[in-house]
Amino acid sequence: MKKGCLISIIVVAFLALIVLAVVLWGTKVYNGMVTMQESVTSQWGNVETAYQRRSDLIPNFVNTVKGAANFEQTTLTQVIEARSKATSVTIDPTKMTAANMQQFQQAQGQLSSALSRLMVVVEQYPQLKATQNFRDLQVELEGTENRISVERKKFNDVALTYNTYIRRFPQSFLAGMFSFQSKPYFEAEKGAEKAPEVKF
Amino acid sequence: MIMIKRGLFLISLSILICTSTIESVFAQKIPDRPSPPRLVNDFAGMLKPEEVNMLEQKLVAFNDSTSTQIAIVTVSTLDGYDKSDYAQQLGQKWGVGQKGHNNGILILIKPNQSGSKGEVQIATGYGVEGPIPDLTCADIIDREILPAFRNGDYYGGLNKATDVLMSLARGEFSASQYGHKAKKSSGKGSPIGFIIIIVIIIAVISRGSSGGSNNKHISTGGLPFWMLLGMMNSGRGSSGSWGGFSGGGGGGFGGFGGGSFGGGGAGGSW
Repeated sequence: MKKGCLISIIVVAFLALIVLAVVLWGTKVYNGMVTMQESVTSQWGNVETAYQRRSDLIPNFVNTVKGAANFEQTTLTQVIEARSKATSVTIDPTKMTAANMQQFQQAQGQLSSALSRLMVVVEQYPQLKATQNFRDLQVELEGTENRISVERKKFNDVALTYNTYIRRFPQSFLAGMFSFQSKPYFEAEKGAEKAPEVKF
Repeated sequence: MIMIKRGLFLISLSILICTSTIESVFAQKIPDRPSPPRLVNDFAGMLKPEEVNMLEQKLVAFNDSTSTQIAIVTVSTLDGYDKSDYAQQLGQKWGVGQKGHNNGILILIKPNQSGSKGEVQIATGYGVEGPIPDLTCADIIDREILPAFRNGDYYGGLNKATDVLMSLARGEFSASQYGHKAKKSSGKGSPIGFIIIIVIIIAVISRGSSGGSNNKHISTGGLPFWMLLGMMNSGRGSSGSWGGFSGGGGGGFGGFGGGSFGGGGAGGSW
């Protein structure tokens, strides 16, 4: 009788220990997931800032190009249209899905290709290219495109870390329980992922 | 009992597996951080050993006095990367600049070989994008680096460029002052000339509240300020070389600090 009592105490203590270990582990994993999710969110902010920077630069750029005598209007209009479209597509980083990510990327990609078409047209205006103002804007645009690609890459890196973590066993249990969803990636588009060639 | 034990074993095993770090997929072709760490890494062999040492000492002293790290790297090939991409990844991988401050600057050079252009890129860490914007990097490349590089004077170009970068990082003159100065003097002047002129301008402006001053007044007003600044500089320089004393020829660099790069900077080619 006494022996049985001792055994049951040991079993209860053992179970309690396991429960405690699971709770501690769960807390650690949960907090880890929250931290990673936050770093994805904040990196998304950096991505948006980089795109915003480009968007802010474009009116100046368009005006400078416009100043060149009878510059071809269609490419300019395309850039302006693509810009307003791109700025209208934004993503709430807490509600990121593959679908709205693709939409965002498509809108920005259209602006990228409109810009590279503009650059091709500019080739025909050597006088415009020679101006200090144009050269300055070209440097700015180049730096902006670099920043976009860097921040995109960094976003993919943190999203990869987060996704790998929440999809692995056994964290996947907790991720499912607290509905942590995996984040979409930036995908390389044909031609659009490359910064438009602004070198002459 | 055995079941529980097995369960525990499984749990601990899976924890072990999961905590094993997820390796980041990093480009393999970017050279590894040099060991021992050096700020001037002439992988392409463009500089003489004594030139490397002079630049190294100057940059180590600057690092000691300001914590801003300027690294110079020459490579014989960019391995198909865009130069801005290469420079950003190299700076990030090596961690040029201090963690948190991100005050690293990287000058990447690929020499012009038969059939291929020489390429140069100045990459700025997040923390120095303010005092050294992209446009200023482009100005430095166009006005200090490329004219010298075209004549094969790699040391001269790098020496001048680092002078300007150091002054900008210290805040001795602003990016826009450098930009205006460079434009007006039509490319011929040396950066020391710019510095003197700009310092005098600052001195005049700072004393200029009285207004309507004549020429004599300006020159007597400017000179002490300039001398004071020069004295401050030499003071910094000597303390820096004192810090680098232990390592001997070009040594004493404590290592890269883990700074981060966001794609700032500009490039050029010759």
